[in-house]
Amino acid sequence: MTRSLFPNIDWVGYVDWTVRDFHGYQTRRGSSYNSYLIRDTKNALVDTVKAPYACHLLKSVTELLPLAKLDYLVVNHAEPDHGGSVGAVVKACPQVTVVTNKKCQAILSGYHDTSNWNWQLVGTGDTLELGNRTLTFLETPMVHWPDSMMTYVSQDGLLFSMDGFGQHYASCHRFDDEEPIETVLAEAKTYYANIIMWAGKPIQRALEAASKLDIKMIAPSHGTIWRSHMDRILAAYQDWVVCKPSPKVLVVYDTMWESTAMMARAILEGASQPGITAKLLYIRAGDYTELATETLDAATIAVGSPTLNGGMMPVIGGGLTYLKGLRPICKAGFSFGSYGWSKGGAAAVQRELEETKFEILRDPLECQYRPTPEVLQECREAGKMLADKALALTCAVESKS
Amino acid sequence: MKKYECNVCGYIYDPEQGDPDNGVEPGTAFEDLPDDWVCPECFVGKDEFTPVEE
Ligand SMILES: Cc1cc2nc3c(=O)[nH]c(=O)nc-3n(C[C@H](O)[C@H](O)[C@H](O)COP(=O)(O)O)c2cc1C
Ligand SMILES: [Fe+2]
Ligand SMILES: [Fe+2]
Repeated sequence: MTRSLFPNIDWVGYVDWTVRDFHGYQTRRGSSYNSYLIRDTKNALVDTVKAPYACHLLKSVTELLPLAKLDYLVVNHAEPDHGGSVGAVVKACPQVTVVTNKKCQAILSGYHDTSNWNWQLVGTGDTLELGNRTLTFLETPMVHWPDSMMTYVSQDGLLFSMDGFGQHYASCHRFDDEEPIETVLAEAKTYYANIIMWAGKPIQRALEAASKLDIKMIAPSHGTIWRSHMDRILAAYQDWVVCKPSPKVLVVYDTMWESTAMMARAILEGASQPGITAKLLYIRAGDYTELATETLDAATIAVGSPTLNGGMMPVIGGGLTYLKGLRPICKAGFSFGSYGWSKGGAAAVQRELEETKFEILRDPLECQYRPTPEVLQECREAGKMLADKALALTCAVESKS
Repeated sequence: MKKYECNVCGYIYDPEQGDPDNGVEPGTAFEDLPDDWVCPECFVGKDEFTPVEE
């Protein structure tokens, strides 16, 4: 399957309707591995697909171009979801020159036997003339790995943005205006939160560098291509790179016998104030994808765990480990939980929140066995505090910008 | 004091700014960073840093 972006620039990727687990990221709407073919005096393929789908990529390319005529293979990122078929392409097209940066070359060589490959190494500002079109390269380290790079076609104002602006979203269409845009933006947010939230500063640098280009279309390596709603995704990235808080309170918990659940609901009740969106997230199903996504724009978060063998529940521990790695910034919150005879769950949660650099708003909110009406009242008050803090954080950001 | 650049991701350690997010005061020379300090952007260790030529 192919689809034209501009005359002689075609999408030749693979839509993966079945993938539901991307190294733990729950991809409920599948994904796509986008690869693009540019036909000119010289012909270039920009990125490949996950290894199992190499045959689909080669088939799509041959619909448009004999493989013997492929001159360049531009590799913007070596991670196997994009670089996985580079070996297959080189094997099918031994004449091809792999165009990439030095770091990407090293990583490709860690994943493939590259001893017979032809290379052309490029860096920021370097260009590749294809005939009528010119490719310009922009290194964007850590958007998503150290090798990440974007490729710009100046004649069309087309930016191949790699993992930046991507979404795990399978669809029969290729463009943002052919899909429900709110869904695409929601998937872009989930993608940002789960894949690159921790890299806010490098992404800000990349955005700054890209803003100097005249961009008319952004073609990421996963999901739909931005041509009608570029303003919306760019504005969203401006918010996400700083983890901009919205007036939102998130209450996350696990429970054994419902006591911590009762506390969570009371906290939620207290947080449900005018102007506040309060959300309850029961983590039992290990939905860390949603946890990260909801955290991205929440201002304040309470995390609850009963005490299990002196510590917290492993599902909560896993979620907090995941969140810590993603490094959400400018969040405040506290921990809570019910215990039986010796405590430990809520304190363990608080230590994780501290390590994630959350501002801790109060001591762990604990109760023994069932919460009493007094404890539930304390939970409601703590919830109200989360709401007040959320409004304060949101206003602080509004007045700064 | 010299600035140091991360070989992996290009982050620049500027001793004048330190790395306050990770408890490193402004004015801390690269050499004085604790051994377990890692690049705040990509997590590699101090040995992956090279001095920036001015
Ligand atoms: C989302 C994601 C984040 C990663 N973060 C790091 C990292 O912080 N440091 C690192 O050295 N490698 C990181 N890696 C690279 C993996 O550790 C590397 O690809 C490894 O070879 C994967 O091993 P596997 O084939 O057993 O999955 C990351 C990979 C992914 C997909
Ligand atoms: Fe990636
Ligand atoms: Fe990717």
